[in-house]
Formats: sequence, C-alpha cells, structure tokens
Amino acid sequence: MPRMNHPLDGQGPTREGATSRIYSWLERRLQLEGPVKDAVLHPVPRSTTSWFYVFGSAAFTLLFLQIFTGILLALVYVPAAGQAWNSLNVLNHQIPLGWFLRALHGWGSNFMVAIVLIHMAQVFLFGAYKFPRELTWILGVFLLLMTLGMAFTGQVLRFDQDAYWGLGIGASILSRVPVIGGGLVHLLLGGPIIAGATLSRFFALHVFVIPGTMLLFVFLHVWMVLKLGINEWPMPGRLVNRATYIEEYNHLAHTDGIPFVPGAFWKDLLFSGAVLAAVAVCALVLGPFGPGGQPDPSIIQTVPKPDFFFLWIYSILSYLPPSMETPFILIVPILAIAVLLAIPFYAAEGEKSWHRRPVAVLTVSLVAVAWAVLTHLGTTTPWSPHMSAWSGNPIPVRYLRNATPLVRQGAAVFQAKQCHNCHSIGGAGGERGPALDDVATRMTIDQMRFKVVTGGGNMPAYGKNLSPAEIEALVSFLETLHPANEPPAYDAARRAVETSQSQPDSSAPPIPPAPKSRQTSTANSDPRP
Amino acid sequence: MTDQLSLLNSTPTVPASAHSVSRRWLLLKAGIALNGLVGVALAVPILRYLFAPWRKDSAYDSWVSLGPIGAFPTGETRLAFYKNPAANPWDGQTDNVACYVRRESSDRFRVFAVNCAHLGCPVRWFPQSQLFMCPCHGGVYYSDGSRASGPPERGLFIYPWQIVSGELRVDAGQMPTLSNSARLVNISTADGDCSCRG
Repeated sequence: MPRMNHPLDGQGPTREGATSRIYSWLERRLQLEGPVKDAVLHPVPRSTTSWFYVFGSAAFTLLFLQIFTGILLALVYVPAAGQAWNSLNVLNHQIPLGWFLRALHGWGSNFMVAIVLIHMAQVFLFGAYKFPRELTWILGVFLLLMTLGMAFTGQVLRFDQDAYWGLGIGASILSRVPVIGGGLVHLLLGGPIIAGATLSRFFALHVFVIPGTMLLFVFLHVWMVLKLGINEWPMPGRLVNRATYIEEYNHLAHTDGIPFVPGAFWKDLLFSGAVLAAVAVCALVLGPFGPGGQPDPSIIQTVPKPDFFFLWIYSILSYLPPSMETPFILIVPILAIAVLLAIPFYAAEGEKSWHRRPVAVLTVSLVAVAWAVLTHLGTTTPWSPHMSAWSGNPIPVRYLRNATPLVRQGAAVFQAKQCHNCHSIGGAGGERGPALDDVATRMTIDQMRFKVVTGGGNMPAYGKNLSPAEIEALVSFLETLHPANEPPAYDAARRAVETSQSQPDSSAPPIPPAPKSRQTSTANSDPRP
Repeated sequence: MTDQLSLLNSTPTVPASAHSVSRRWLLLKAGIALNGLVGVALAVPILRYLFAPWRKDSAYDSWVSLGPIGAFPTGETRLAFYKNPAANPWDGQTDNVACYVRRESSDRFRVFAVNCAHLGCPVRWFPQSQLFMCPCHGGVYYSDGSRASGPPERGLFIYPWQIVSGELRVDAGQMPTLSNSARLVNISTADGDCSCRG
C-alpha cells in the first residue's frame, strides 16, 4: 500500500489554503498520516462487515464516554467519607444538569458492562479467540474483569447505604480466606472498619489504577486487532490451522477484502452513535442512580442490595448451603477466570463456526439462562424476610370471617410474632418459608404444633418465644387455612380413636376410606386400630 | 515496511559486531543495574506504606464505653452505639458503630455485633418473636445469638465486655468478620438444627 512520508526537508504535498498549510506543518512533525492511513485502509475480509462485529467498538466508545463523564463528575465530587454523600446530592439537586451527568455515567456503566458481555459472547461463538488471536482474548478477559471492577468501585463511590453494606459483604467474603483473611480485609478497607480510608482507596482504584490499566490494555487489544486482522466470518468446515492460517487470512483479505474504512467502519459508527443515544435517553428519562440513604452504619433499618450486574452473585450467595459457601466463593471465581484464560490454548485450532460447536453454543446458552434466572431472583429476593410484613401486611379479612375468638387470637399471634415476615398469606408477606394459604391441607394440627415449637430447615424454633396458649391459638388459626372444598389434614389414628370413643356423635366429619395425607409424615397411616 | 522508515527513525545503528561488550554496553548495563538497585531500595518503603493497614487485631481493638449499665433493662435486647476507637475527622458518620446489648441478669451481658455472620449485613432485632433477622439473605438468630436458620454458619459475633465503674465497656475497633472476632456462639449446629433440644 502506498504511503506518504513528509520528512522535514519539505517535500510534502503542495496544497493551497491556510488549513492545508497548518496540516502540512503538523504532519511534518507528527508524521501520523502514514500509520493512520495504514490502520484505516487496511483490507479486511468482506464478511467482517457485519452488524455482529460492532460490539467491540461500542465498548471502546463507552469507555471514553465513561472517562469523559467521570472527569466532569470529579469536578464536583468530594472523595471523603464525611462529604461524598452530600456532594452527590449537590450534584443531583443544585448543580445545573449535575443529575444528568450522574445519570449518563451510571447508565453508561450499565451499558458498558452489557456490551462488553455481548462482545465476549459474540467473540466466543465466532471462534475469534483461536490462533493467532489468543492474546487478544486474554487481554479481553482482563478488560471484562476490570469493567466489572469499575462497576463495583463505582458503586462504592456512590457512597450510600448500599455502597456501605456492599463493602461489608466484600470484606466478609475476603475474611473467609484462610490465614491471611484478616490482613486482606484491612487492606481492602484501608483500616479496621469501613471509613474514610476505604472511600479514599476506592477512589484511587476507580479513578487512577483501573482506568489507567484499562487504557493500556485497550490500546494493546485494539493494536492486535489491527495487526492480526479482524476475525473472518466463520464458515463451517474452514478449520484453523497454525501452519496455514495467516496465509489463508491474508489471501482472503486481499482477494475478497475491502478497506476497513469505510467498508466496515460505518456500521461501527452507526451502532456506537445509537448506543450513545440510548445511554442519553435512559439518563434523561430514568435519571441517575441514587444516592440512597446516608452511609451511617448506626442506621440499621436498611435492606442493602447490590447494583444490577451483581445481583446474580447476591442470589448465588443466598442459595449456597452453609458448608459449601466458603470453598465455593474462594475457589470458583479463580477457576472461572482460569477457564476463560485457558480457552484459547485448549482450542487454538479447529472449527470456528457455531454450527459445528454445539458445546460452545450450549455453554453460552446455559450461562445466559442461569445469569438471567439468578438476576431475576436477585430482583425479587424470595429468600429475604419482608422486614415490615408483620406490621404492614394485615391478614385478609376473608380468612377471619366467622372465626372463633381463639382463631382470631391466633391470627394476632401470627402477626405479632413476625411469622408474616417469612410466610405469605393472601399473596402478601415474605417468601422465605412456604405460603400458608392452604397449610392445613398439608399438615395436621400436631405437625404444625411440632414445627412451630422445634423449627427445622429454615424455620426457627419458637418453643421458647411462645407461651403454650399462644401456640394453641396460632395452630388453631393455621388449621383454618384450607380451601373451602378441601378438608384439613388430620391424623387418621387419632380420628379413629376419637370416633370410637364418641360413637353416637354424628356431627364428626365422615371418614373417607383409607385416607392418605398429602404430607409425608410420621403420623400413623393406618386408619383403624 | 522497514524501507518506509522516516528520516527521524532512520538514524544509523551500530553494526552488530563481534565486539558486543563495548564500553557503551557496559555503561548501559551499569545504568540498568543502578536503576534496579534503586528500584529495590524504593520498593521496601513503598510496600511498607501499602501494607500499613495490615495489622494485628490488638493494634485496632480497645475498650470503648456503651454508657451506664442502667440503660439496659434486664432480660431485654437494646441497640447501642459507640464511636470507633480508630477514627479520623473525615470519616463522617461511618465511625458510628451499632451493636446489640442483651442484659441477661443484673451483672451478665451479651453484646452482639449488628453484622450478620454470613456476609455482614445489619441484622434487625424483633423483640416480639425474640429473633434477629437479616434482610440480605435471610439469616435468623435466636435471642442468645445462636444461629436459628438461613445461610450463616454460626451465631452472631459477640464482643468481649466488662463493667467498669457502672459503665458497660466492649472490646471493639474492627468490623467483625470471620477472620477476627470469631468468638463462636456455637450452640446450634450449622445444618438447621435448633437450639432448644439441649
């Protein structure tokens, strides 16, 4: 490809006008025209001019949006634990359009994480990590980790209650590292507690350390894309072979290639513009994120929650069995990163097309579905007690119509003892335990009494906290909770004894032949003595 | 592409001769060695500075007062506050630390951290049901701090306490985690068993 040189001896092109004279003056000194033209005009396979290839450049654009809006926010933000929250509120409410800049930065962050993840999935499915682009993938893995690191440190800089308790969760996780856990917590927090030193060091990480490293990695990442070429559209049966790939690619790029600009670049530009517009619209319509309550650890009436892209971790942490938790959260992340880094070495050659890589497609699908499910669970948090259900969600009136005084007393016990925080009735209340709308069809009154007193599973034992009278009232209330056309469960043996003792009593409900309780229980299932 | 090097880049290079250990190369190596030496010498204080927060628990903990013991009625659990002993003026509200004080008898106390033993979220005390509940992942503890249910592996963290001239004092100073204040209140086992079976 022809290149122009403008050495200082003055043999540059003779253009007219002040603009071109300034251009020539600069170019003679900078000498950037050659490398830039090289990058811009280098031939790429025609197949890469696809809408699937626009995510990397969009992530690149968003990085610069984040740097730009971040610098603008840093003009006002005070990175001190005592003032950060106030300065965010000043940004939101007093500085003209400060809220919009915060919203742009916050939504830019969400879009960036999303686009980086999509970019990664696309690159994986298109086999772009294979020879000779292994290092590009590896740098990409680190760029993903740093993007998530920016999202987390950014959440900390929004120094509110969620940030405070999110740091507490981070410290609690680190404290599980054997031997050096305590020291690591001190390093993370910059001291013994979450305080001024913590925010200062997260500011340094968010503003200097991680972005600086990211810029370096992004430069190398893009540099390698230019040097090694954009991955050609994968064709089933066209295998990657180390010995022949470079030659094949160059042949493809030169026989069926077009210059990168404008051939492929116009789609990148349009998509980046659309993404920026989407960020701006989200920022304008939906506004900035927080800050929530002030970061005062003495305010314990709070329900901390991580930002959207960490909700899946929040879900995992609630579902792990206690005994598995520490090994899981210390080992699995390291394994996951190791697997991501090892992929290009494990599969450097061979088939690129997703048509012939069912395991790859299934893996991405599985990860995507699992992520979506865990994130959805993280938004609804069925494992968390509803802290105010006991006082805020009354028992529906229809459950207490024509109720005896004892049953009403039991309903009062149900509310007063916070049962409603974990059990829903009439669609309201916690989901930690089962909904109790038809509990009487599942458990006999004795089983309920036993469960209330001794607990078990996720149910605390209330034996010490309820008087016998309260327990009687409570189970009497629970026994009324069954559909009108479905009788409550009962202990067949006891029923038989009661029936035989009071034989002429015709008011007792008829005994169905060989009744089987839906509940698997220790109750004697033999209906007759 | 090497033939396209511009004027400034095409300065003549020293021909690779057999006499590679020239005076210039020796001086270059000396320069590298000097920089390496200074780098190592600087690394020691830099690392010392970086690791400054990494200290023993005893360096952070000290006895702080929670106020006169009369503020804590016998048989009840109350939220109490103290200012963290290691505080800086720019900490703002972050060094206001909360804890739960349970007065078991006239001279016996139990002081719990508000931080859930699972992942450190603030547990809430419900006097009606005599339970601590965690809003994050649903950990629940009994009034004596032992684990009732949910993901925590152990009971609530407790602070050592003492009574000095009518004041309740606790040995505090760090965010309680599994790595420091691991004074186990291990009445129940971690598999969902209950504490009332003796």
